[in-house]
Amino acid sequence: MGRPFELADPKRARQLADAIILLAPPTPVKIVHVCGTHEMAITQSGLRRFLPSTVQVLEGPGCPVCVTSTADIDAAVQLAERGAVLCTFGDMTRVPGTRLTLEGARSKGCDIRVVLSSADALRTARETEQDVVFFAVGFETTAPMTAAVLLDDPPPNFSVLVAHKKIPEAMAVLLDLPGTGIHGYLAPGHVSTIIGLQPYQHHLGRFGLPVVVGGFEPLDILYAIALILRQLRDGRGVVENGFPRAVAAEGNPAALTLIDAVFESATVAWRGIGEIPDSGYRLREAFAPFDARERFGIHGQAGEEEIPGCRCADVLTARATPADCPLFGRRCTPLSPVGPCMVGSEGACSIWFRYGGRELP
Amino acid sequence: MTESIDRISPLHGAGGEMMEQLLAEHVMPHFAARSVGRIDVTAMDDGATLRLPSDGELVVTTDSHVVKPVFFPGGDIGTLAAAGTLNDLAVMGARPLAITLAVILEEDFPIADIDRIVRSFAGVLAESEVAVACGDTKVMGRGELDGIAINTTGIGVADRAISDAGAEEGDAVLVSGTIGDHGMALLSAREAFRLDTELRSDVASVWPMIRSILPIGGVHAMKDPTRGGLAAALNEMARKSGLTLEIEQAAIPIREAVAGLSDMLGISPLDVANEGKAIIIVAPEVTENVLAALRAHPLGRDAAVIGHVGSSHPGRVVVTTPVGGRRFLDMPLGDPVPRIC
Repeated sequence: MGRPFELADPKRARQLADAIILLAPPTPVKIVHVCGTHEMAITQSGLRRFLPSTVQVLEGPGCPVCVTSTADIDAAVQLAERGAVLCTFGDMTRVPGTRLTLEGARSKGCDIRVVLSSADALRTARETEQDVVFFAVGFETTAPMTAAVLLDDPPPNFSVLVAHKKIPEAMAVLLDLPGTGIHGYLAPGHVSTIIGLQPYQHHLGRFGLPVVVGGFEPLDILYAIALILRQLRDGRGVVENGFPRAVAAEGNPAALTLIDAVFESATVAWRGIGEIPDSGYRLREAFAPFDARERFGIHGQAGEEEIPGCRCADVLTARATPADCPLFGRRCTPLSPVGPCMVGSEGACSIWFRYGGRELP
Repeated sequence: MTESIDRISPLHGAGGEMMEQLLAEHVMPHFAARSVGRIDVTAMDDGATLRLPSDGELVVTTDSHVVKPVFFPGGDIGTLAAAGTLNDLAVMGARPLAITLAVILEEDFPIADIDRIVRSFAGVLAESEVAVACGDTKVMGRGELDGIAINTTGIGVADRAISDAGAEEGDAVLVSGTIGDHGMALLSAREAFRLDTELRSDVASVWPMIRSILPIGGVHAMKDPTRGGLAAALNEMARKSGLTLEIEQAAIPIREAVAGLSDMLGISPLDVANEGKAIIIVAPEVTENVLAALRAHPLGRDAAVIGHVGSSHPGRVVVTTPVGGRRFLDMPLGDPVPRIC
């Protein structure tokens, strides 16, 4: 009964916390992770209580729903308005576009269906004659699943609105933004199981800051934080694998082959950050018939609208905590979200609100 | 009248011969065995009578039930409607006497399903020795209702009813068994998830178990953690008492399969419904006796002490996580949605 407690053993946690206190420098340190699952684990397990006040851990652009651009939401709404059955992950339905959310489109009669995987969307297409579009969001973890259905002989009424994104490219851009002040990265375990360590070296190597891949159990996270602090103490800044039981240096070759067979790199827009060169995917020429934008002739470009008072852009770039936003928990709650960080269940604001991250007992 | 009708038609709710026949053939036979008043359900009068208890308090509760799917692993809407209402009485410390049964059916609802549902309903009542006092049937048109909705009102009697607000500092907080079973079983049973799991709802009347702890005394507060799960129920108890419930997360009994599905979907087992469990807050000196009495009953086999009542953060629930961190456990927001990756 219960969970694998050996990865949440309080005695080991105490030891790691003691190590963290010894390793932490006297000056403030900002560690950024880029993964909603990390934020969930940190907040749910109350891990910030173990950290000295000088060590701050923030979520950056780690919520795939939150970083999806207004332009992509608008494209999804347009596809649905043109009569396609739009299959999407649940959280996406409430993310604001320029005019409408997908939920708003649904209330106007569009056929928006919530699916749990690309395979569900493909099944939907096989069960109908109508055009079915899968709204493909997510990082390198979900991109291979989208690739897999496109290689699984999809029917001609199936197409994909690709909005997949790559994490290491965004991590690099964050370091160039003014005011981010990041001292180290806690890199996401499951993205790393796919891509391995090399992309971090490639994109982040020149910055010379610690990048440590961490798992998702409480001890994994404390361990990764300790490794980051040890590098800082020793004046090092390299890519280190703190999650070797799941992450191989070369990643998952089978998944990478799937991605490479179907996608090529593309410059895409991230909400809160803007366009980042080569930070996303588009379908290769051979898969053009399954490109929903091509099929329906949708080429709209929307600006990134800032919502007045909402600090999502600062939260997504690790320049603010959710509690720094004047709307957080007041005008903006998961029941009536203002910005995307409160919509996506992986969003820092949503997690802080739901799991009491704004205050420690 | 037509003999071989196997689905509900609007005539079944019209109060005429068709309805009489439906009730006589498919409903009444299950409820005739037990009676608590001079004019009982079999009289099919405009109302029913109940004999007044000689002393104590009457406790009354009402609940409407809709569930998707109607038949789920471990139970159906009939078990749910009976157990839900009896449990509300039980956690008030009240012996359930009688229950009413109002059913609204969608046109075309299979009569064979009604048989199953009524049988489940009657089965739960029998275990707790409860009679049906009266009932009602209505039919709505196709698409006006999703299959079936049931309303039940329960009446019970307690020497002195136990509220959910009576926690005192120093008390122990117990749960009567594993948490999250019903909610997770339903999530996995809903077609959209297409997951094969062995999860079963815990739906059951807890009265036979609660009955065994009341004579011990020292029970200060009880609540059944239904919608909103353990998280909502604990928060309500903390708020109403103005005290702090200090919970040890590792002490909360959770089945392996529930924990697994929960991790996969990103939905906390503490946020989903239980339909056969009670939270029991007791004076420290009776903790061991109450725990032993709970564990002696099959429904309470996994009962556990999960925390105690403190006062550091009035009205809040504080959880010590397995790793030794601490956080507030707040009310869940609404229907949990599974996460993307």
